[in-house]
Amino acid sequence: MTEAAAAPALEALGLEKRFGAVRALAGLSFRVERGELYGLVGADGAGKTTAMRALTGLVALDAGEARVLGMDPSSPRVRERIGLMPQQYSLYRDLTVEENLHFFARLAALPRAVYRERKARLLGITRLARFGDRRADQLSGGMYKKLALACALLHEPEVLLLDEPTNGVDPVSRRELWELLYEFVQSGMAVVISTPYMDEAERCSRVGLVQAGRLLLEGRPRELLAASGRSSFEDLFVHAVEQARGPGAPAPGGPA
Amino acid sequence: MSATVVARELTRRFGAFTAVDRVSFEVERGEIFGYLGANGAGKSTTIRMLIGLVAPTGGSASVAGHDVATEREAVKASIGYMSQKFSLYLDLPVMENLAFFGAAYGLEGKALRLRAGELLERVGLAGSEDQTTGDLPGGLRQRLALASALMHAPPVVFLDEPTAGVDPVARRAFWALIRELAAAGTTVFVTTHYLDEAEYCRRIGLMVDGKLVALDTPAGLKRTWVPERVVVARGRGLGGAERALRETPGVRAVAPFGAALHVRVDPAALDAAGVAAVLSGAGAAGVEAEEAAPSLEDVFLAVVGADGKEAA
Repeated sequence: MTEAAAAPALEALGLEKRFGAVRALAGLSFRVERGELYGLVGADGAGKTTAMRALTGLVALDAGEARVLGMDPSSPRVRERIGLMPQQYSLYRDLTVEENLHFFARLAALPRAVYRERKARLLGITRLARFGDRRADQLSGGMYKKLALACALLHEPEVLLLDEPTNGVDPVSRRELWELLYEFVQSGMAVVISTPYMDEAERCSRVGLVQAGRLLLEGRPRELLAASGRSSFEDLFVHAVEQARGPGAPAPGGPA
Repeated sequence: MSATVVARELTRRFGAFTAVDRVSFEVERGEIFGYLGANGAGKSTTIRMLIGLVAPTGGSASVAGHDVATEREAVKASIGYMSQKFSLYLDLPVMENLAFFGAAYGLEGKALRLRAGELLERVGLAGSEDQTTGDLPGGLRQRLALASALMHAPPVVFLDEPTAGVDPVARRAFWALIRELAAAGTTVFVTTHYLDEAEYCRRIGLMVDGKLVALDTPAGLKRTWVPERVVVARGRGLGGAERALRETPGVRAVAPFGAALHVRVDPAALDAAGVAAVLSGAGAAGVEAEEAAPSLEDVFLAVVGADGKEAA
């Protein structure tokens, strides 16, 4: 266990993946330490989701290597220590908010007292306490997302990957979820999160800007911002992406 | 009278649950009206009533002069609607999606093709007519959904979180389209959780637990809800020093924004230098603090009562 304890929480080493003609990952490399909150940002189709799937062993790589806690991500010893919240998260639509939480707590074999305490906390943060008896298929998009996030956070894994967990989630709940993530990383969890919200990217310990399947920029948000001379993280993002796409390939939707 | 959307004491109950509680407002022709609130606050239910999908259980509303409860067909013909999950046929080419939505509103033949061509040009999809919709990146799919909702040239469009999950590059382009649309006289009723976008709205209504608790221009909301001075502080170890700040006299609220803290202070008691001194004294390093104009997110937090006041 000592060598595993010394290994970084997550390592992407030259990840390569093609889907037909599309090169989704083109030599993507980064590493995340325990106690770090690493943000993967990038435009739609940049490769963030494929990277998360590769790091959790759900996608077979063409080349390169993914390591979780020093091990192959598909090994059973990794599976119980890692959590992934994909963009399309499946809950039981005919179960209520509370019943879904209870089900996932049982899957994770959480002791009853721990479950009670975490449930109360997560329902408070997500402001779903008022809707505990509502069926999942009766929730709005944002509320469904919050319930999915609560279910994914119940078992507090050592390494947590969240693929755009806050899309459609209101600003108050977004803040409170970030407070919770901070607590998790302070206790040593490694978190990788992708997000289209640039204020969230700015709150990560480090961010990697992904474009065309590889890293375009990486660093601490404040240092990246200072080095770029831009006034906001969103400006930094928009300009970096437009520059990478080049003048011959205007951003889709740029004024025609 | 130029109000295009009018709600009077509009109410919807589901059993014992009141999703929308006596909401009243008027939206002018050509106005971009933002409708904000937490998830579950009643935004989507309000929109569903305004477009005739859900009947009000109390009060009334009209859209383009038609009562939403009694003139549903006329309402439907007057509105375009784009929901959180745009309802495009992903296996169809771009043009066929537009043709489908156009035909649903009685457009056909040359008129339909002309209108579709005009809209594709406007949303930057000219030349993509034959591309399979499912192959388009999210930002372009979103614009196709908008074009579909505009095929019958409705005077009012309802956009329910049209930019959820869309990257910043595509979001900027989308809002440029919305502003053009409104400038040409279309009334735009939009919900969003991106408060930077809400700045583009002429007026904003803010919902909390089914009630409309604030309604004003972005500047007016800021004056009313955040009358104090806002100090933005940056530095290392701010989290640990936050508590000391909350206990400082003159500090009204503290909330993290990106990597920074927004501190609302009573200007008579504390200034930016004072905030920096408290943070540095409580262990934060490299602190820089400056006054800034309040943002709509400051307003949102104040209205929803989640701006850390109770923690003081």
